[in-house]
Amino acid sequence: MGAQLRVYKRRIRSVTATKKITKAMEMISAARIVKAQRAVAASTPYADELTRAVTAVATRSNAKHPLTTENPNATRAAILLVAADRGLAGGYSTNAIKAALSLSERLRAEGKDVVTYIVGRKGVSYYTFRNLAVGNSWTGFSDKPTYGDAKMVAADLIEAFTAETGGVDELHLISTEFVSMLTQNAVEARLLPLKLDDVQLSDQTPAKTEIFPLYDFEPSAEGVLDALLPRYVESRIYNALLQSAASEHAARRRAMKSATDNAGELIKSLTRLANSARQAEITQEISEIVGGANALADASRGSE
Amino acid sequence: MAELHVELVAADRKVWSGAATIVVARTASGDTGIMPGHTPVLSVLETGPVTIRTVDGGTVIAAVHGGFISFADNKLSLLAEIAELADEIDVARAERALEQAKADLDAHAERRAEVRLFAARGLKAHA
Repeated sequence: MGAQLRVYKRRIRSVTATKKITKAMEMISAARIVKAQRAVAASTPYADELTRAVTAVATRSNAKHPLTTENPNATRAAILLVAADRGLAGGYSTNAIKAALSLSERLRAEGKDVVTYIVGRKGVSYYTFRNLAVGNSWTGFSDKPTYGDAKMVAADLIEAFTAETGGVDELHLISTEFVSMLTQNAVEARLLPLKLDDVQLSDQTPAKTEIFPLYDFEPSAEGVLDALLPRYVESRIYNALLQSAASEHAARRRAMKSATDNAGELIKSLTRLANSARQAEITQEISEIVGGANALADASRGSE
Repeated sequence: MAELHVELVAADRKVWSGAATIVVARTASGDTGIMPGHTPVLSVLETGPVTIRTVDGGTVIAAVHGGFISFADNKLSLLAEIAELADEIDVARAERALEQAKADLDAHAERRAEVRLFAARGLKAHA
């Protein structure tokens, strides 16, 4: 086998191995999207009931709560960025990080200090590599978040928000919304202070249009609101984590699908090249043999 | 017989839903029983067992850790961060958790484990 042909054969072997890996990753992600979507669907009854309850208390009572009170001269804002733990998911983490960077740019232009909280190793490594300050970070659950994870994240953020001194006045959330298998958008939302007019149910209808019965609050409207609002923030964060996880899997599936397709293309064109190299080798051998035979014949004719 | 519709929802799943005649749950101000036609109420749940008497005479017991109860228009929603039906509870594990909590002097964990054991045993007593 000629040198050229051997090189092609080796490259085909290596690309085939890569293709097997990307194909496997594509199939794993495809299976996980379904699971992640199911988790999103399973969490909606709780989120919707909670949203209704929060709106009911807020519309039926004049209870003031630190989590709903707007600070007119806000000076510090926090951003919670939800990115992936692992790469190979196309532009998934990059899009979320870009959205977070442009949001912090905007907040700084409004004269606010920005503290960034990050979920996901990719986001953390982006920020630390560029020496950007990180308030706190959580890693290890981006592809399969549980309610406990969301609670842990929310506890820190609520504490930062309610702190007497050195706390933040606003809390923004950057996550990736799962629209469909092909479309996932990085979205931003302001979590705190909570604007009740903007509170939506899972099907995007504003919760405030519903008419609520006259509830008896136990122990009191304030007490109920006190207990409800942190749960509401937790559930919003939980939902964002779940949607982001579904988006991450969808983005990875798409990236791996195009990687598999590209590997297939590459194998095809390398096979063509290898074939023509082999053919060229054969042609050369034949012409060498024919040339040799002719030379021999010429030589023997000359001696007669 | 009058009945009310009950939804028992945990943060990550719907635990139980169906028609019932009475629901007893532990709220911040004590045990509350809710029957059809109760005045609309919204209150905070404590860690405790929730007992649901279904229309066919059966009993559903669940251990609920923190959450809310809201009742309006004959529809009762029980929202809990964690909710487990009695027959889902692993008694051996709950007993281990109880011992662990007692050893650690963790009052919250102890209460949670006790409630789970209570719910799991309560179901056996009814069966």
